[in-house]
Amino acid sequence: MRILVPGIAGGLARHVALHLVQAGHEVAGLDARPWKGAPDAIRIHSMDIRKRAAEEVFRRFRPQCVVHMATVPANAADPEERYRINLGGTRAVFEHAAEWGVEHVVFVGRHTYYGADADSPLYHTESEPPVALGSWPELADLVAADLYAATALWRLPRMTTTVLRLVYTLGPSGHGTLASFLRWRRVPMSLGFDPLFQFLHEDDAAAAVALAVEKRLSGIYNVAGPQPLPLSAIVREAGRRPVPLPGFLLRRLVGRAGLPGLAPGALVHIRYPIVVDAAAYARATGFHHRWDELRTVRSFAEAFPAPG
Amino acid sequence: MSDTIRQRVERLELPFDERGYDPWGISRRHLGVFYGALGLLRRYFDVHVHGIGNVPPRGRAMLVGNHSGGIAMDGAMVIASAFFDMDPPRLAQGMAEKFINRFPVASVWASRTGHFTGLPEHAQRLLEEDRLLLVFPEGAHGTAKLFPERNSLVRFGTGFLRLALETKTPIVPFGFVGGGEAIPTVRNLTAVGRLFGVPYVPVTPWIAPLPRPVRMDIRFGAPMHPEGTGAEDDERVQKQVDEVRDAIARLIDESLLERGEKPAHAAEAP
Repeated sequence: MRILVPGIAGGLARHVALHLVQAGHEVAGLDARPWKGAPDAIRIHSMDIRKRAAEEVFRRFRPQCVVHMATVPANAADPEERYRINLGGTRAVFEHAAEWGVEHVVFVGRHTYYGADADSPLYHTESEPPVALGSWPELADLVAADLYAATALWRLPRMTTTVLRLVYTLGPSGHGTLASFLRWRRVPMSLGFDPLFQFLHEDDAAAAVALAVEKRLSGIYNVAGPQPLPLSAIVREAGRRPVPLPGFLLRRLVGRAGLPGLAPGALVHIRYPIVVDAAAYARATGFHHRWDELRTVRSFAEAFPAPG
Repeated sequence: MSDTIRQRVERLELPFDERGYDPWGISRRHLGVFYGALGLLRRYFDVHVHGIGNVPPRGRAMLVGNHSGGIAMDGAMVIASAFFDMDPPRLAQGMAEKFINRFPVASVWASRTGHFTGLPEHAQRLLEEDRLLLVFPEGAHGTAKLFPERNSLVRFGTGFLRLALETKTPIVPFGFVGGGEAIPTVRNLTAVGRLFGVPYVPVTPWIAPLPRPVRMDIRFGAPMHPEGTGAEDDERVQKQVDEVRDAIARLIDESLLERGEKPAHAAEAP
């Protein structure tokens, strides 16, 4: 199958692309960022999905499947640019896909869609709406991109659409939101809070995305693997030191004093958990993770021992 | 943590991982400390437990009972009873008031010991995982009872019964007596409560809601198996709610009689 991966230079997207190549697919990528050392089997078009030239890739390559991974997390880029990438880019992917007869589009979104809040349940199911956007407005464009992608399910009935809401990923590549948060020796926590964090090993995450392609799933699915762990347990397992700070100090000290940076809105995510129920995906695809939660953290810690 | 408590925590039939966390983040370590504190509290009070054999040793079940005033000592003692008096011990999971999750420390301890915010989603999922749920259908109105009302029953919500019907869960009614004597509330300060983000602060004759070492009685009744699917109209559900409420009233009266006190509900009996 010919598969196009917008955002192929991203950490997880590289893993997904390699999985797809190993499975015998013809893979091409679109990304303005370079991927040094990419295998020859993958042709990478160095461009932004929102530019006119991107449509030419669809016209020439004629992908049967598109795995859209060209979104950025809420703590990346400035708000205007993030909005253009996440929402503008997603719109471009679906418009080109519809125009050039793509059979299947997989939108790889994030479980942070659901938001974190004191009153929200553990184990969100796919039918739940997002909550607490007010406490982290930077998430709005990712939520909008997710919902826009989902409209293809009824707007473009001839095309198969899969919307995946993937938990954090962790592993030896050190890519991803959780890995960035754990990178330093000291990890800030909100004093008196210790939310559950749910994550997948990056190999499992890539396998799960590839499985959505193979199974040609239609619908919206949460994707998760092993059970979640409290943030303090993850930090300790990774050989780091949790530093519990009261809210007012946390806001002032993140990004300084040897602590990782954190968007102001993200503070709510180290106070309350986001945990999803991924049973529907497991039933539909037979997906089962190979890495349990502790081995996943250790694989990251071995590749990135605590600095100093 | 004493060896007895450690051994009992290890015998809890929950899917802990090698670090001692279950999929809800319930932690063996936190449970050990929690039950250690509950064990001391049980010794401080004089707790009499009747009919613990009515609580199923395995599988989904809902313990449904009354609040008896003050703060939720009743909940704590029922949770302690399921742990110390059952073999194998069971974790009775209370449904926490929403404000608890907003409090630092309390939020962590409530969730690490299995007492999640009282959301229907939590209750349903826990029952589907064959856990033991502790439900007080009177809600915060129950804990707000003043001393003279301590053995009365306020209005029961219907949500618990619909949930039992939807999940085909047996209800084990229990009557609790003694909470009101431990913390005899003369007044609830709602305005002061709002300042702290809680529904109210109870005031006792000695001002602070510190419990007295009194006798407490927990009386479990035979399991009830409500009939239906949960889609029935309110009238039919309410009828079954009233049956559970009556069963609890009878259990309270039995305990009061045994204590040599006047029954509180005899006049209500059909």
